[in-house]
Amino acid sequence: MDYTFHWRPVFRKLPDLLEAGLVTMEVAVLAMLVGVVLGLALAIIRMSGLKSITWFAVGWIELARNTPALLQLFFFGFGLGAFGIHLSPFLIVLFGLSFNNAGYLAETFRGGFNAVPPTQVKAARSLGMTPTQAYTRIVIPQVMRVVYHPMTNQMVWSVLMSSLAMLVGYRELAGETQFLASKTYRIFEFFLVTAVIYYVMVKLILAGSRLLSWRLFRY
Amino acid sequence: MIEIEGVRKSFGKLEVLKGIDLAVDKGEVISIIGASGSGKSTMLYCINALEPIDSGRIVVDGVDVHAGDTDVNKLRRNIGMVFQQWNSFPHLTTLENVALAPRIVLGKSRQESTEIARKQLDHVGLADKFDVYPSRMSGGQQQRLAIARALAMEPSYMLFDEVTSALDPELVGEVLDTLRLLSEEGMTMLVVTHEIGFARDVSDRVAYFHEGVIEELGPPAQVIENSTSEQTRRFLANVR
Ligand SMILES: Nc1ncnc2c1ncn2[C@@H]1O[C@H](COP(=O)(O)OP(=O)(O)OP(=O)(O)O)[C@@H](O)[C@H]1O
Ligand SMILES: [Mg+2]
Repeated sequence: MDYTFHWRPVFRKLPDLLEAGLVTMEVAVLAMLVGVVLGLALAIIRMSGLKSITWFAVGWIELARNTPALLQLFFFGFGLGAFGIHLSPFLIVLFGLSFNNAGYLAETFRGGFNAVPPTQVKAARSLGMTPTQAYTRIVIPQVMRVVYHPMTNQMVWSVLMSSLAMLVGYRELAGETQFLASKTYRIFEFFLVTAVIYYVMVKLILAGSRLLSWRLFRY
Repeated sequence: MIEIEGVRKSFGKLEVLKGIDLAVDKGEVISIIGASGSGKSTMLYCINALEPIDSGRIVVDGVDVHAGDTDVNKLRRNIGMVFQQWNSFPHLTTLENVALAPRIVLGKSRQESTEIARKQLDHVGLADKFDVYPSRMSGGQQQRLAIARALAMEPSYMLFDEVTSALDPELVGEVLDTLRLLSEEGMTMLVVTHEIGFARDVSDRVAYFHEGVIEELGPPAQVIENSTSEQTRRFLANVR
């Protein structure tokens, strides 16, 4: 136990770390947005029961949920690289995270739609609502509530998972930390501070989500 | 007037309606009784086109419900329906539950549709529940909410599908009282029910469904009290 802490190098680089934290948020939010759109599409395809395309959605969902996220990231890096397709580190991370998010969110959305009884649509239609009105006014708001918390969790997961980016050479928070730590040899100090930054980011997301949910869901 | 002529309907191989004929006059209350699976609900769903039919005709106020060029959304404004499972919209307050369709389907202003909703909730005895969410109400209250919601479209006809079957016994009365009130106000109603007492007291005519046909049709004094049909008598003996 003769390790002496040296915090000065870390605090000098704190602005760099915080900036990298923003990069993390950026890529995590983007991957979440792409994931929501693709996840919704996958869920709809899977629920459509059209055999010709269902296998595609099921395959995606199965791979995303049952293989390590790191390997999914590697696929868009080294995997595509083997076929001569070289993406920038940012795109590798964005595609990898989006692929994973979409797989999880597809199941979340499917569960959300299944949670709304079909009789709700019947009741809406019996009042003369068009199918579009029944979905936008009656079904979607109820689905939103069911998927809200799983989506929040996925957003948190997206932030934490983005730290894998350091293994494909992208300098978001974890990547930047590794870069600075290896330059100064204050590895423990750097990663401890970075852990705190991740922790705060996640807590902010959770708090924001809770605030928004109070506004959105009054019942 | 609702005219049902020779309506047949199958789900796959199972023929559920095997030639139904029934004419419902303005202001008439018809109770539909019959065993589970005899096709009562399916009949109601066919009247407002929630289910298609295979053959025959259903004409409501001169409009052929199942004709290709019929605007079913428009047709349904005139035919209210209340289900066994009350289907309150859980994300909306009672007031919003009732005001929504007048606003987005009939195109009434927010103010006007809220006014209609207040009136109809008052009508069914829920004047103290405007801003309550359905999850905070009893089944009986939610069922009355469903009735108010249908009435807000000012329909000429109301279809009730076993609206008391899912309720705790002590809540059945308040919903039946609401139906009674509507019948006294002259609403034209088709009421699928297992409440034989209600059918006897309130309806003008009773239709007994048996395996996809109307086995017997007539005033309650005939069908319920003095049925000549062996089937009807056996059914009534069982439900009483
Ligand atoms: N959507 C559907 N798909 C397949 N079969 C159906 C469907 N709806 C009803 N059926 C079948 O049609 C038959 C008649 O059903 P229906 O609901 O009209 O009976 P009911 O007289 O209302 O009975 P209950 O008193 O149980 O409500 C039943 O055998 C039922 O299983
Ligand atoms: Mg039924």
